Amino acid sequence: MKDILSELEDRRKDARLGGGQRRIDAQHGRGKLTARERIELLLDEDSFEEFDMFVSHRCTDFGMENQRPAGDGVVTGWGTINGRMVYVFSQDFTVLGGSVSATHAMKICKIMDMAMQNGAPVIGINDSGGARIQEGVDSLAGYGEVFERNIMASGVVPQISVIMGPCAGGAVYSPAMTDFIFMVKDSSYMFVTGPDVVKTVTNEVVTAEELGGASTHTKKSSVADGAFENDVEALAEVRRLVDFLPLNNREKPPVRPFFDDVARVEESLDTLVPENPNLPYDMKELILKMADEGDFYEIQEEFAKNIITGFIRLEGQTVGVVANQPLVLAGVLDIDSARKAARFVRFCDAFEIPILTLVDVPGFLPGTGQEYRGVIKHGAKLLFAYGEATVPKVTVITRKAYGGAYVVMASKHLRADVNYAWPTSEIAVMGAKGATEIIHRADLNDPEKIAAHAAEYEDRFANPFVAAERGFIDEVIQPRSTRRRVARAFASLRSKQSKMPWKKHDNIPL
Amino acid sequence: MFDKILIANRGEIACRVMKTARKMGIKTVAIYSDADKQALHVKMADEAVHIGPPPANQSYIVIDKVMDAIKQTGAQAVHPGYGFLSENAKFAEALEAAGVAFVGPPKGAIEAMGDKITSKKIAQEAGVSTVPGYMGLIEDAEEAVKISNEIGYPVMIKASAGGGGKGMRIAWNDQEAREGFQSSKNEAANSFGDDRIFIEKFVTQPRHIEIQVLCDAHGNGIYLNERECSIQRRNQKVVEEAPSPFLDEATRKAMGDQSVALAKAVGYASAGTVEFIVDGDKNFYFLEMNTRLQVEHPVTELITGVDLVEQMIRVANGEPLSITQEDVGINGWAIENRVYAEDPYRNFLPSIGRLTRYRPPAEIAAGPMQDNGKWADDAAAGEGFAVRNDTGVFEGGEISMYYDPMIAKLCTWAPTREQAIEAMRNALDGFELEGIGHNLPFVSAVMDHPKFISGDMTTAFIEEEYPEGFEGVTLPEDTLRQVAASCAAMHRVAEIRRTRVSGRMDNHERKVGTEWVVSLQGQDFAVQIDADPQGSTVRFDDGSSLRVASDWTPGDQLATLDVEGSPLVLKVGKISGGFRIRSRGADLKVHVRTPRQAELARLMPEKLPPDTSKMLLCPMPGLIVKIDVEVGDEVQEGQALCTVEAMKMENILRAEKKGVVSKINAGAGDSLAVDDVIMEFE
Repeated sequence: MKDILSELEDRRKDARLGGGQRRIDAQHGRGKLTARERIELLLDEDSFEEFDMFVSHRCTDFGMENQRPAGDGVVTGWGTINGRMVYVFSQDFTVLGGSVSATHAMKICKIMDMAMQNGAPVIGINDSGGARIQEGVDSLAGYGEVFERNIMASGVVPQISVIMGPCAGGAVYSPAMTDFIFMVKDSSYMFVTGPDVVKTVTNEVVTAEELGGASTHTKKSSVADGAFENDVEALAEVRRLVDFLPLNNREKPPVRPFFDDVARVEESLDTLVPENPNLPYDMKELILKMADEGDFYEIQEEFAKNIITGFIRLEGQTVGVVANQPLVLAGVLDIDSARKAARFVRFCDAFEIPILTLVDVPGFLPGTGQEYRGVIKHGAKLLFAYGEATVPKVTVITRKAYGGAYVVMASKHLRADVNYAWPTSEIAVMGAKGATEIIHRADLNDPEKIAAHAAEYEDRFANPFVAAERGFIDEVIQPRSTRRRVARAFASLRSKQSKMPWKKHDNIPL
Repeated sequence: MFDKILIANRGEIACRVMKTARKMGIKTVAIYSDADKQALHVKMADEAVHIGPPPANQSYIVIDKVMDAIKQTGAQAVHPGYGFLSENAKFAEALEAAGVAFVGPPKGAIEAMGDKITSKKIAQEAGVSTVPGYMGLIEDAEEAVKISNEIGYPVMIKASAGGGGKGMRIAWNDQEAREGFQSSKNEAANSFGDDRIFIEKFVTQPRHIEIQVLCDAHGNGIYLNERECSIQRRNQKVVEEAPSPFLDEATRKAMGDQSVALAKAVGYASAGTVEFIVDGDKNFYFLEMNTRLQVEHPVTELITGVDLVEQMIRVANGEPLSITQEDVGINGWAIENRVYAEDPYRNFLPSIGRLTRYRPPAEIAAGPMQDNGKWADDAAAGEGFAVRNDTGVFEGGEISMYYDPMIAKLCTWAPTREQAIEAMRNALDGFELEGIGHNLPFVSAVMDHPKFISGDMTTAFIEEEYPEGFEGVTLPEDTLRQVAASCAAMHRVAEIRRTRVSGRMDNHERKVGTEWVVSLQGQDFAVQIDADPQGSTVRFDDGSSLRVASDWTPGDQLATLDVEGSPLVLKVGKISGGFRIRSRGADLKVHVRTPRQAELARLMPEKLPPDTSKMLLCPMPGLIVKIDVEVGDEVQEGQALCTVEAMKMENILRAEKKGVVSKINAGAGDSLAVDDVIMEFE
């Protein structure tokens, strides 16, 4: 009997060693942790429950029958993050390069099915050389099964991908369909075709890092939502993100005790908007001063910086923030910023996270560069996302809210619940100069008259009161009291119910 | 007494004057430029008059505009503060003509002391010690030697037209005087086309010590002891104190008597300052007289209990002094640190912008200045120390490019110098200032510098002690342990809160452990925390322990802790897996991890910051207006590379050295953050 029990321990010991000490050392040598070490850092201490530790592949081609390591290159199971359940898979690069076989994929599918059934997020740690070539189409089928589950789980449970090594070819499409992708600087890359193929086909010479490193995907392609210095930091930050997210779409976002005054007055916000309407200011200051404890988890910080997206807490409860950033391109809406914000809004709506929108937007970016690339349809994504969102929506206009961009940015007309404006707001169809030149076309040659008309227009429209007279703005508020007003607005919306007409699904302009 | 006084200044000094005027029941009038519409001095004043655009030469120093403001408001007196019109005889004259009292000396005194050569002459005549020297033409090397001997070595041989160290030699003996004369003369001829040379005493181990005088219009004059202002950066004072740790009573009296004699010689009637340079043997020499209220006047007020602004106003009102020399004592010690919007890590580059956070330490009245400047018998009443912060800014306000980058003057007072320094360290630790670069870390470092602590400093202190510039502070082991223990305790509090999130799996909650590894300043401390409701005992693996108590909660940006009975104040910021801690001039990243996390973290590669020597970095947040070069261009040192617009100002960035442009990362219209890479060189 004793031998039987100890055999289990022996087998476990063997499985836990993955590809063996030599490969573990090599993994460490690359500045990377092993699959199991990563799970240790991701989950609460001693909370990991492993499944399928002894699963091994069934391939008998190319001599594969002679190497059948336990676990088959991926560690799967569940555990807790600050006591809340998550499912996790972590590819083991030390075992057959973390390559995906049919059984490897099956292990991932198993925990994804359980995650959907039991209502817990899935966190995938990717570090894989790609398909197990020896298995041929079996491997591809495995990918396909994972893809389908990514799709089914989308909007049901949060899915987070952490890229901690190579992720190339078809493999990229699983992370691509999850809610968030994080990368590790200098040790991870993602691309559909690698530098060698690129060279052969297009004659372009490019390194893996330039083609698909963390910098590329956070700054240029927007494939990734964030990048971190190393494995340790990345996993700590994923834990921090999970603290903001609901476990599934049937649950409310989490609430945790907070140490901040709900009615905290920030007098300095009264001077946030500069006197000169053409000068920029940093919208992040407003976000940080409104948030509980100044805690802000930014998503896609490095991409389309003219709009800010991320999570804060108000009264301990998660709130998604979308804010124009006057510091970059005057906070204008363009293709990139509209896409970035639209995806964020839809995530929040899918998971019942209330949305706070901070508006200072001069309009849409003009030009052929935008029109040729379809700013019409990309801009419509954000409009669509806001309009369909049924979660509590609170909007604060700090300064400019011009034209179509005013409507897009969670205006009253898109079923926003509470719309506030600072006294510095200018809610109008466009800026005074442009408006004057259209209305008073006849006086165009008379600068004096035009200036007088512009002043008249400014007097009439460069304020929040015309909109407030019509009820498009519920209340004009003092900047200093924004935190209290917004927190109370969300408090009043805790039991909000809003229905969509029946449809199979909508047809958002993708 | 006057009913209404106009303060022809801005910023902290305008606010300072208004405080006293208000105490005296005098109404105040502020003047302000476009840049100062929201300024504190405008808010504080009973009335405010707009006087023009931001540049001072179009507003604050335009006499006609100030005169108009006086007329408009009916102010009967004007306090000029320092700078601007404070030493402008024409302004004093215009006020006299308009029948408005000038809260400052008569214009004759301003004129007499305004000229370096005249003032030195008057000083000599009044029996004030001046730097011995020979201003006449020196014919040859032998004459130079003769003069040098008369003055006494060491001497400085200087070109009349000199500047920037050119044509300047120090000689310690006849040989050096002979050689120095010749080489100075040659260099002067080549550099300036003017080979006139003069010789003066070279002052060794120079200290800057100044005497505060106070005179009335009835012939009375007193001195209110000295201030030591040796800690300067490019002739800008940074740290001042009163009294000086260097002077003895005899020297103090000699300097004071001579200063009063000089003031009387020019018919002085107000507060004024006579500046001296003092050598290592306590020989002192007159430098100049400042005929105004000095920036660093608070330290004098703190040790004497005299409100200098009040005295100035009373004198301007024709009252005789109510204080005699016998009344003036030295009570305790006062230190002033000037808080500047200058980035110490970037060679004190001025920093402008919005004060996103401005929370100075609480002011505490004690000692002579207790009760708003009235004499207090019990010097060490209350806390036993005083904190005074003279400022003209507020949270959410703007440090503009148009004026002096001084944010505040933080002063502490205590019965002894040691206690005043300690009070200052704590006050600096509690000074919250964000949004711009500032010199708080630097002055904190000075407060802990052994030379400063011993009082053994000269005007070369900063250039000698920080020859490579300021590179931050390395905390000593005991302080490091205190910070480590504090961070461990704070981290534990934050982690326990994280486990209180909703949606937990019942009965399978996370248990926060007691063992932690704190990493900071390249060191790891393994600690164990025993927490109880009153605090935590943090045990180190060498067996020692520290008791930490604090009411810090997550999100607090200032942690006030009690470590083993001593106060420790930390500025606390967030970083992944820990804190950014600022204290005692140090700026640390502190990670707090479980032993296992720490073990794995040690496997992480150390990433060296990229080599930026071959890059052009954006020095400020701004918009690229244009790029002047293309990839492949060879650029010369000083060649314009691109133009960045920030705060409505166009800044041309130039090549620091010769090179070839290899990559350009930004184009016109891009907005960049600080340290974004604009271009790279081969």
